[in-house]
Amino acid sequence: MLFKLFGAVALLFFAYAQYWALVRAPADYQMGDVYRILFVHVPAAWNALLLLTFSFVASLMTLLKRSATWDRLAHSSIEVGVLLTGLALALGSIWGRPTWGVWWTWDPRLTTTAILFILYLGALMLRRLIEDRERRSRIMASVSILIYLNVPIVYFSVKWWRTLHQVQSNPNTMDPAMVTGLRLNALALLALSLFFLIFRYRLAKREQINQEKEDSK
Amino acid sequence: MKFSGKGLFTILGILLIAAGLVYLLWGGLEENVVYFVTPTELLEKGEAAVGNPVRLGGVVQGGSLQEKEGIVTFSLTDEVKTVLVVTTKTPPQMFHEGIGAVVEGALRKDGIFEANRLMVKHGNEYRPPKEGEMPQQIYKAIQQEKRS
Repeated sequence: MLFKLFGAVALLFFAYAQYWALVRAPADYQMGDVYRILFVHVPAAWNALLLLTFSFVASLMTLLKRSATWDRLAHSSIEVGVLLTGLALALGSIWGRPTWGVWWTWDPRLTTTAILFILYLGALMLRRLIEDRERRSRIMASVSILIYLNVPIVYFSVKWWRTLHQVQSNPNTMDPAMVTGLRLNALALLALSLFFLIFRYRLAKREQINQEKEDSK
Repeated sequence: MKFSGKGLFTILGILLIAAGLVYLLWGGLEENVVYFVTPTELLEKGEAAVGNPVRLGGVVQGGSLQEKEGIVTFSLTDEVKTVLVVTTKTPPQMFHEGIGAVVEGALRKDGIFEANRLMVKHGNEYRPPKEGEMPQQIYKAIQQEKRS
């Protein structure tokens, strides 16, 4: 009950944040209204990196503690992180067409993000192939830790290499109303992501209980 | 801590990947796999640059942008060297003088860069327009010209 309430509040909060994104924040001097994609694209990317970082910690804990709980947390956060990465890629592409002039280009930021997305998708597929729970959690934790090495590369790619993608904005390069809209949306998407994370965690737990019942028959 | 054969294998694997990353970051990547070259770097190559497909990036020089019968010409500069670019493609909506741009194409023998793709490199600044400010939109003018 409390969990459902949290979901409803997160959704309402997201609607309020979108009001800031679509109404309160002014249009951009160069891009006009197109730039408003930023209010979901950037929070999606931020939260994706955040959840994948959490999955990295959870994977380490899985290896250290040999615990099924941490394994489920790692699995759930990777799934939500992959969803958000896909969202950031799709929205970035839609934004790229009117501003850059192309849907896609192989610049370092886009390429590293696409690699990250595909590697984690591959890891999720691998997970389905391993039957034994203990073995699966160990292998998945190791694989996830290795794949995570890409996350800092994605983040710093715009600083290390020449890219078409712009470098990170900061409050000095944005109008204050836009900054507020961005922060609200980032928090709202974080709340929604947490909701999905907990939801997925519960589902994984139920799956396991059912599996154990089957096995003991 | 005692390492079994398996553990050793894992550590070797991690070391190998770490070495690969170090190579990517501080090794030859910066020189060999750049997304675009600057006008200075392109002109340094001299004759070798002619006819070789490459991405060229710089700022569209103020006062250089011209459009005539669907043929667009402008100068790309890195504040040191400047390359004249010609293309028949329609520039993106955001394209105007003073903005960053990346073009795909090759240098011709006459020293003009023929581009078959134009991309705008947008900065990280966002603000509302000041009073009376209107972004130049060569895009719209060309679209109308093509329709008529």
